[in-house]
Amino acid sequence: MKRVRHSPAQVFALPLLIALATIAGLVLGLTGDGARDLAAALLAGIAPLAIIAMLARRT
Amino acid sequence: MTRRAIRTWYLIHKWSSLIPTAFLLMLCVTGLPLTFHDEIDAAMGADAAERLAGAPSADEGLPLDTMLAKAQAERPGEVPLFMAFSQDSPLLTVTMGPTPDAVPEDMTLLFLNRHTGASLGPAPTNTVMDFLLQLHTDMFLGLPGMLLLGAMGVLFVLALISGVVLYAPFMRKLDFGTVRKSRSSRVRRLDQHNFIGIVAFAWMLVVGVTGAINAFADPLTDNWRDGEVARMTTAYADAEPLEPENYGSIDAAMAAAKEALPGRSPQFIGFPGGAWSSGHHYAIFFQGDRPVTQHLLTPALVDAETGTLTDARTMPALNQALMMSKPLHFGDYGGLALKLIWAALTLATIWVLWTGILLWLRRKPGHIERRIEEIRTGGSTFRTAAAT
Repeated sequence: MKRVRHSPAQVFALPLLIALATIAGLVLGLTGDGARDLAAALLAGIAPLAIIAMLARRT
Repeated sequence: MTRRAIRTWYLIHKWSSLIPTAFLLMLCVTGLPLTFHDEIDAAMGADAAERLAGAPSADEGLPLDTMLAKAQAERPGEVPLFMAFSQDSPLLTVTMGPTPDAVPEDMTLLFLNRHTGASLGPAPTNTVMDFLLQLHTDMFLGLPGMLLLGAMGVLFVLALISGVVLYAPFMRKLDFGTVRKSRSSRVRRLDQHNFIGIVAFAWMLVVGVTGAINAFADPLTDNWRDGEVARMTTAYADAEPLEPENYGSIDAAMAAAKEALPGRSPQFIGFPGGAWSSGHHYAIFFQGDRPVTQHLLTPALVDAETGTLTDARTMPALNQALMMSKPLHFGDYGGLALKLIWAALTLATIWVLWTGILLWLRRKPGHIERRIEEIRTGGSTFRTAAAT
């Protein structure tokens, strides 16, 4: 087993990025249609894609 | 993080999750189809009124007084309660009821075409979707049901926050995204619970907070009417409520309101004596004039007898938060792609709730210390025990 120890900053770096992308997407979708909706879906879609990637991985 | 702190957060997480879990599962299961209510209505052919040809009823069409007379002819002896406009089609809706302060159960929603003047009859109902919506909103218990679900929403938010706090000690020795599928089913379940929970956290927080705010919609609206509206209409404080036969022209009232709030699109009119107006006014609600403020409504209060403007003021911050909460909770504002994301994350939430229940049900018998050790070591309790 690896002997690494992560600091809270390391533990939360990626979750924080995903959370910010989600919130940016949700807010962006509120501010307009068309290109903004597309950008909103791309940003908010990161979280479900990460979950799908985890479920699809075989280890 | 000390053992003591982990113990406290673990207990917060346990109880703030266990208490609302059954309600949250119900909300997820009913919310999933509700997200797609537009598509389901369209598939069932219940969207005919939304596909009418002509200019949006919010912009132009036949006089509003003409449209109201048509609605009243359909429900003789009743009074108008609301008139609502579409930004996309000539569809105009009028809500009628037996008295100005009628309860929702006694109201009738009528569809009209503002372009042709045709009465389209009562709004089509979708029994299944209406049932799901009411179960989701108040479980058929009225205001107490809404407040109960609101309280469950607050607990859910607490569960999310405590879950994030416990994620830190658990992941100290693990890389992001670790799901140990070769270890025991408990370890796999813990890893999935933590990973899906942290990834979907922001979405769950937004939907949880906005859902809790929506649960308090009725008290917030009452509070606005009894406070802000009363202050806007102090000159009418001692006046008797206006009788429906003395209601004046809506077209004149609309013209006065548009003069006060130029360039904005009307969304609905609250008639005198209802939850959304004073006893003496048409409250005409306008959308914001920019995309960002489109969901924020500003009411113009117009004397319903004379058609002169009394006041127009933006709503208080709490009511504005309520208005922004609706789209953010429903997820119906960004096209089909956003709805699919809503669906995927609702399924993810169900999975987090379900793995949470299993982790609690299938815990090894023993003291709470075992669970704390599990969190502290990232699920490798046996190894740690052997090493020490």
